[in-house]
Amino acid sequence: MQRIGVFICWCGSNIAATVDVEKVSEVIKQEKGVVFATNYQYMCSENGQQIIKNAIKEYNLTGIVIGSCSPRMHEATFRKAAQAAGLNPYMVEVANIREHCSWIHKDRAEATEKAIILVRTAIAKVLLNTPLAEGESPVTKRALVIGGGIAGIQTALDIAEAGFEVDIVEKNATIGGRMAQIDKTFPTLDCSACILTPKMVDCAQNEKIDILSYSEIESVQGFVGNFTVTIRKKARYVDENKCTGCKVCMQYCPSKKGLNEFNMNMNTRTAIYIPFAQAIPNVAVIDPEQCIKLKTGKCGVCKLKCSAGAINYDMKDEFIERKYGAIVVATGFKPIDLDNFNEYAYKDSKDVITSLELERLMNAAGPTNGVLLRPSDNAHPKDITFIQCVGSRDVSGCGKPYCSKICCMYTAKHAMLIREKYPDTRVHVFYIDVRTPGKNYDEFYRRAVEQYDVDYIKGMVGKVFPMANGKLLVQGSNLLDNEQIFIESDLVVLATAIEPEPSVRKIATLLATSIDTNNFLTEAHPKLRPVESPTAGIYLAGVCQGPRDIPETVSMASACAAKVIGLLVKDKLKTNPCIALTNENMCNGCSQCANVCAYGAISYIEKEFRLGGGKTEVRRVSYVNPAVCQGCGACTVTCPSGAIDLKGFSSKQIMSEVETICKK
Amino acid sequence: MQEVENKEFIPTIVAFCCNWCSYAGADLAGTSRLEYPANVKIIRVPCSCRVNPMFILKAFQSGADGVILCGCHPGDCHYMTGNYYTRRRMSLLFSFLNYLGIEKERTRVEWVSAAEGARFSMVMNDFAAKIKELGENKRLQDLRIKGDR
Ligand SMILES: Cc1cc2nc3c(=O)[nH]c(=O)nc-3n(C[C@H](O)[C@H](O)[C@H](O)COP(=O)(O)OP(=O)(O)OC[C@H]3O[C@@H](n4cnc5c(N)ncnc54)[C@H](O)[C@@H]3O)c2cc1C
Ligand code: SF4
Ligand code: SF4
Repeated sequence: MQRIGVFICWCGSNIAATVDVEKVSEVIKQEKGVVFATNYQYMCSENGQQIIKNAIKEYNLTGIVIGSCSPRMHEATFRKAAQAAGLNPYMVEVANIREHCSWIHKDRAEATEKAIILVRTAIAKVLLNTPLAEGESPVTKRALVIGGGIAGIQTALDIAEAGFEVDIVEKNATIGGRMAQIDKTFPTLDCSACILTPKMVDCAQNEKIDILSYSEIESVQGFVGNFTVTIRKKARYVDENKCTGCKVCMQYCPSKKGLNEFNMNMNTRTAIYIPFAQAIPNVAVIDPEQCIKLKTGKCGVCKLKCSAGAINYDMKDEFIERKYGAIVVATGFKPIDLDNFNEYAYKDSKDVITSLELERLMNAAGPTNGVLLRPSDNAHPKDITFIQCVGSRDVSGCGKPYCSKICCMYTAKHAMLIREKYPDTRVHVFYIDVRTPGKNYDEFYRRAVEQYDVDYIKGMVGKVFPMANGKLLVQGSNLLDNEQIFIESDLVVLATAIEPEPSVRKIATLLATSIDTNNFLTEAHPKLRPVESPTAGIYLAGVCQGPRDIPETVSMASACAAKVIGLLVKDKLKTNPCIALTNENMCNGCSQCANVCAYGAISYIEKEFRLGGGKTEVRRVSYVNPAVCQGCGACTVTCPSGAIDLKGFSSKQIMSEVETICKK
Repeated sequence: MQEVENKEFIPTIVAFCCNWCSYAGADLAGTSRLEYPANVKIIRVPCSCRVNPMFILKAFQSGADGVILCGCHPGDCHYMTGNYYTRRRMSLLFSFLNYLGIEKERTRVEWVSAAEGARFSMVMNDFAAKIKELGENKRLQDLRIKGDR
């Protein structure tokens, strides 16, 4: 037999002035299952809580209902009080007779009657409550960072700083990401390598950080606190522990025609190479597509020349399995392909380049050693035209509908750097809008216009025509003067839209987290949980979540690290007990529930059932992972067999509430 | 039955509110002392997507004259996509109920954020007035339930 206690709060006069609390407790005393009912001035006060605790003990209550303010205010308080008196905290229900009653009604009789119904409804529910216990799951105190750009680097450094082990898995042969390719950085114009490479070295030297370069994620199992990840360490044909980074092999390798990805394919490299001088790890890698030995069996020069004996042509991909408590995705971006933009003649002319290519052309370690020469004939360009928003803010379907956010600033940077170094060049910039919010950003852009005399033209470019004299004719509109203009240019630079690194799709699938229509990873809440993914234990740093520059990427990375540290310091995770539960006897394994679960909380297990007569049957039934389920209830409604229910908000409980309200 | 003689008809209205947005919006309506009729009674659910069509059938069967479901605005669901499920399920259910003779006006889905106390009260006033106009719902009512009152 259930023994319910009911406690009606006056909330001073907040409730008592409109609701006849005395009458409510008198009427409620007569309800089935109720063995005790009282009212008091402030149920949430020390005294009020003591009344609850005493009654629980004295009347041996199996459940309680408090008629008071909103459960969003004091449900936790009353649950604690119940627990202190030995009652399961989930045997508590709150009837909201303040916000939903006394405060919105004036007629005392009407409000009293409503309060009675609300309390009755709560009683109807609590009669069907079951004791629930918060679950616990252990936490593996190690983090995984996928992607070793500035986002991944900063996250790893911060996590390691707090004393936790962290692995960086980077698909390329070195960490550094796009920032390593950039020449100078806005808004301060300090050299990118000078601020990035010390951080890369810190990663390499930090004993808490393990860099798994030239590696990718193969599979992910588990859930928050308990991920098991298989990492594929791709064969680099060079022993990382032996290679000293002396580069002798690169001098002798006869296969020299590989495109240098680091320099945006603007020059070539040998088949065995170190991506750039400050690479971390500073270890060579052999491109198997290009290596003569690996392709034909002949050659083997590098092995002969390598005094460290680091070369191993028989190396195979290696699989490493590790356990992690948290995973950070920091896979960054790439500029979009320009196949859809023939009007800019990118494919037709070597002198139409992207902004990232320009970064390499301006960089001292780039293909021209930092001298700005136009690719077609190595002449110094005199007229340079920049086109902004190439593929950004494009709703035609050719490009991306969003603003890439960084292009206005880096174009102003490029324009200024060029005008500074080559004052005799004329620099034109076609823009739709100049968007420069950010500390010292608008000032930066204004410097380009006012101090460096960059010719900013509001308008779009219709077409770029390669001309017979080797120049490029840029035809555009000047919206401010409402006229067509033509600019003869030596070099055209396209501020190309950026998009998420394509492998993020696979990563999102492996991690059971979501991506938006533009392939950016989705955050758990656009305003309040911007660095968490919707999947517990998975965090997002940098451009993989949306376009952003370095300062914002670094802030986001540190925020991620803080979240990860907050998770890893815990020994055990408490889990919300109001979650879905499958009745395996009713489940037919149809997969409907797993399809609607936004958190990937549902999987399927094979289970043996007794059929009677000594016979058994193995069936596939759904299993809700209590550490992952958030308790929304979507699955419970979807299940055609009615096999899944939500603890704390069960179908029976809600039906019973409905019935009580409708009873006339 | 209530219409008999000059007794005023007071409809029975069930409002399902999701914990994160609309229940909080209802709380805000209370805090701001924004009145709406006392015959609107709220049931708290974690997400609007927890509301099984069965609950709505049950309500009409038990004598409800109107049922309203409130959730977070599209795109703001605490559980990301829950309210999209709600929207799809309910538009289907409501047209089906309409077919069964429970007028579309008796059922409604509304998005109310935690900041929209005024909107919550406005929606409830409006819905309650519409239901009052429509009069008592007699469809689906389970006679046994009516019998033992
Ligand atoms: C032309 C240009 C100029 C710019 N100039 C500036 C500037 O002056 N100032 C400024 O603040 N910002 C500038 N930016 C922006 C800046 O480059 C980015 O904000 C920054 O690089 C973002 O860092 P990230 O770590 O998020 O991404 P990335 O730098 O792209 O790093 C991602 C890393 O993850 C790795 N990765 C990707 N997928 C996987 C996978 N599946 N598995 C393992 N590893 C993976 C990649 O190889 C890469 O190393 C510029 C951008 C461009 C295009
Ligand atoms: S074996 Fe391959 S990498 Fe080594 S030198 Fe020959 S071609 Fe170059
Ligand atoms: S209640 Fe929601 S989060 Fe939990 S398993 Fe069901 S759909 Fe997934």
